[in-house]
Amino acid sequence: MNETKQISIPEGRDAWEAALEGSKYRDSEFTTVSGESLEAAYGPEDAPGDPASDLGWPGQYPFTRGVHPSMYRGRLWTMRQFAGFGTARETNARFKFLLDHGQTGLSVAFDFPTLMGRDGDDDMCIGEVGQVGVAISSIADMEALFDGIPMDEVSTSMTINGPAPILLAFYIACAERRGLDPAVLRGTVQNDILKEYQAQHAWLVPPEPALRMIIDVMEYCSEHVPKWNTISISGYHIREAGSSAAQELAFTLANGLEYVRRGIERGMDVDSFAPRLSFFFDSHLDFFEEIAKFRAARRIWARKMREEFGAKDPRSWMLRFHTQTAGVSLTAQQPENNIVRTAYEALAAVLGGTQSLHTNSMDETLSLPTEKAVKIALRTQQIIAEETEVAHVADPLGGSYFVEAMTDKMEREAQAYFDEIEKRGGVVPCIDSGYFQKEIHESALSYQRAVESGRKKVVGVNCYTEGEESLEIELHRIRPEVEVEALKGLAGLRSNRDATNASAALDGIRAACHSDANLLKAFITAAHADCTLGEISQILREEFGDYIEPKIL
Amino acid sequence: MTSAASNSLSTRLLAGERFALARMISWAENSNSRFPEALEAIWSRVGRATRTGVTGPPGAGKSTLVNELCALIREEERTVGILAVDPSSPLSGGALLGDRIRMEDRTADAGVFIRSMASRGSHGGMARSAVDAMDVMDAFGMHDVLVETVGVGQAEYDVVAAADTVLVVLCPGAGDGVQAMKSGLLELADVIAINKCDLPGADRLTSDMTEAVHLRTAGRDLWAPPVVQCSAGKREGVDDVLAAIKTHREHLKDQLDSHRRRKRIQQVRQVVGERMEEALWEEGDLAEQVEAILRTGTTPYATASNVTQSLLRTASGNQAKGIQA
Amino acid sequence: MSERRIRVLVAKPGLDGHDRGAKTVASVLRDHGMEVVYTGLHKTPAMIAEIALQEDVDVVGLSILSGAHMELFPRVRKELVERGMDQVLMIGGGIIPQDDMQTLESDGFAKLFGPGTNTGVIAEYIQTEVTKRWAASEAKA
Repeated sequence: MNETKQISIPEGRDAWEAALEGSKYRDSEFTTVSGESLEAAYGPEDAPGDPASDLGWPGQYPFTRGVHPSMYRGRLWTMRQFAGFGTARETNARFKFLLDHGQTGLSVAFDFPTLMGRDGDDDMCIGEVGQVGVAISSIADMEALFDGIPMDEVSTSMTINGPAPILLAFYIACAERRGLDPAVLRGTVQNDILKEYQAQHAWLVPPEPALRMIIDVMEYCSEHVPKWNTISISGYHIREAGSSAAQELAFTLANGLEYVRRGIERGMDVDSFAPRLSFFFDSHLDFFEEIAKFRAARRIWARKMREEFGAKDPRSWMLRFHTQTAGVSLTAQQPENNIVRTAYEALAAVLGGTQSLHTNSMDETLSLPTEKAVKIALRTQQIIAEETEVAHVADPLGGSYFVEAMTDKMEREAQAYFDEIEKRGGVVPCIDSGYFQKEIHESALSYQRAVESGRKKVVGVNCYTEGEESLEIELHRIRPEVEVEALKGLAGLRSNRDATNASAALDGIRAACHSDANLLKAFITAAHADCTLGEISQILREEFGDYIEPKIL
Repeated sequence: MTSAASNSLSTRLLAGERFALARMISWAENSNSRFPEALEAIWSRVGRATRTGVTGPPGAGKSTLVNELCALIREEERTVGILAVDPSSPLSGGALLGDRIRMEDRTADAGVFIRSMASRGSHGGMARSAVDAMDVMDAFGMHDVLVETVGVGQAEYDVVAAADTVLVVLCPGAGDGVQAMKSGLLELADVIAINKCDLPGADRLTSDMTEAVHLRTAGRDLWAPPVVQCSAGKREGVDDVLAAIKTHREHLKDQLDSHRRRKRIQQVRQVVGERMEEALWEEGDLAEQVEAILRTGTTPYATASNVTQSLLRTASGNQAKGIQA
Repeated sequence: MSERRIRVLVAKPGLDGHDRGAKTVASVLRDHGMEVVYTGLHKTPAMIAEIALQEDVDVVGLSILSGAHMELFPRVRKELVERGMDQVLMIGGGIIPQDDMQTLESDGFAKLFGPGTNTGVIAEYIQTEVTKRWAASEAKA
């Protein structure tokens, strides 16, 4: 055997690059899902970060490698399937089904009337009641939703934004009616209005009064409902609306920093509310890009909180997040393939260190999921947790040249966006001018063009297609009586309540709009007085005005 | 058949049918051959509406201001026609017309009619379609007609210049004062609105504009455009803008007819030009004649002089019997 | 001389805020030379029909992902017919089960497009159908 001389890494790189010159590549652009170009391999010089200050160990600042020292050895992520449809009673039954099958937290999906702060009997709500989520118009509906479920034991996540403070008020008042101290309640309310203007578009009033209500929630909860996550700063909807991974990361964190700024402006100590801020990201199909995004998110947040805002409590530095697999990655064509897509996306979320996870069901491009599809989605998480053995080691990809290079790049791109947003006057002015909306639209359009030109492949859509297939998959349909039942419930509530009490509570809200009183407190009073969501929202719209979206096309 | 169709459309328009109004504007913008006749049928009703052109750089908040002006005008129980002109894509010729997003609360109001129009190709064509659309809205009985264009070039200026009063909207940051002066926007203005006046830089912009107006008009017999601050998004100061528009209209009063006729001359000149061009180059054998002259080695300028003189000779020969008949 | 261009209204009925598809389609149709009016979000059927009338569009395209299509789509159509706009080409897209697509297509809608449709297909469909309708109405006139 000849003795081979050990060549150095730089020498090796030169040789490798020379060898690449002559290689023939298959037909692909070799870019990420977000369209970022990739090298054929990564080496140490691509990831020049300092392991001590940029990575550390799991549970150590800047938390690139995870927020807990033991990660999933201590506790698995929370498997939290988002559910809600029809009436409160039907969703209550689905919740019990999920809890019986091993789900460990509840997540409420509301219908569009509820998301937009309207009662089911509003003219704007024709055909929408109970369709994409559950209709909750009052404390009575909230009581039916949690009937037989111990509110002091489960943690509940509520995906609602514009009227979030009102729904939270229903939840708190419901617990109070059961004789519980709100201090025992655990859960999250999404309550992230900034991304609504940017991407999801379920708003109630313009940004400034909406922000005031959010800070009211943070203030009230830090005193009375200390275990509640007062806001879940969400990139999910930004991504689903078409953004790139870097835009999702940057816009979400920019929004988070804006909430922190507003809290501090209110006079709150950053450490009194920052530990209750949580995040919510999308997990798309690009495995490594997503993992890098999650790791970069933790590092950026930790640095900003400690270095820019002077937070002292380590819990203020830690970015904890929920993940949902990418709804937009699912296809209506060959829908069973969606099970596979979702599994890879879920695995990326776990390797990226998520605290909780929702896996989409295969039929969601067609309708709300059936029970069977939901069960497969939940089983997907359980297989990752129990069979793949990936949960034993924290941040298993830490130190990978590629993953570290991508993580660094994500951080740089996010910072470039922060600078641009600041140059344009900040988050709210950028919303008013449509800056975020235009950026997201441009990314969505370029992705669509890439798919339609065949530059990006989607199995079953632009390759490996099976022609005109008829979909033989069972669909979940909302019963037509749902609307009637919801309207009947509302009419009953309005005729049985103490009218004087209700109108006094509404007057209280009107007055609170123009004082520095805490609006969440006024909403809880109104919830106890059986005021409806639509009635409370109407007052807010009257006092604060409607929001009109900017022209971006 | 065409005649019956146009008569019936104009009759329906005069009877107050909104669909007829919409369709006749389409005829105008498509240069439909039935349009001139239809316009003739409604011409006696044209000229009653007050016309305001609104322009300014992108992002100045024009649509929001137009929306709020419209709300105020409606409070006076006057009806409003709005024409929102957006540029066409030079690549595809298509257009995205999104201005009415900012006017959504007007959609349900039967006293308001909003029409979006793409600038399409030729700039003269766009100005003419816009003037035609304003005429149609006027004949329909709209008391006020507002036309909005983004102030980016001559074509857009020509559209608003056809109105009685031109409102130029500026705001701090987007499209600053220097830009507005350079681009000639200010020479067009009868009223200048400084929108988003709560933003930093608004006072500076206001004083800059006031100064610029003063420099241009002081000591001369010229209308000095008032510079008015407003914040349309917050519904503040919009009444002052409307008051300034009314003041300008009051100022025009005695000259309104001659003012409008001057603008009509522009319109006629435009149409004559287009027709001449078409008649000469597309119908006659002028192109062949030119080619023959060029073949002799003559320069383009000498060829053009040759052709023009010959055309003018023919025209003056015909004029005696033709034009004054 | 201006040539006639296809005018399309892209509309979002109901409370659903998902506008990625609507905006993408609007942009693509513009790229195919059409003049596209976009309504913005949260419009009632009456508002959509009124905008279609004022804009004298050739096509009304509805986008919905809220499940309320069987209620809202026929209402938009009814409002259009009441305004004498029954000649407008009505199309739609979104999360719509196949059965519902068939029902709507037998009830005045020319075509419904499901998720994953190539936007070029939508543009070509509009071009073909509107050209046909223009030719028919020219012949009548």
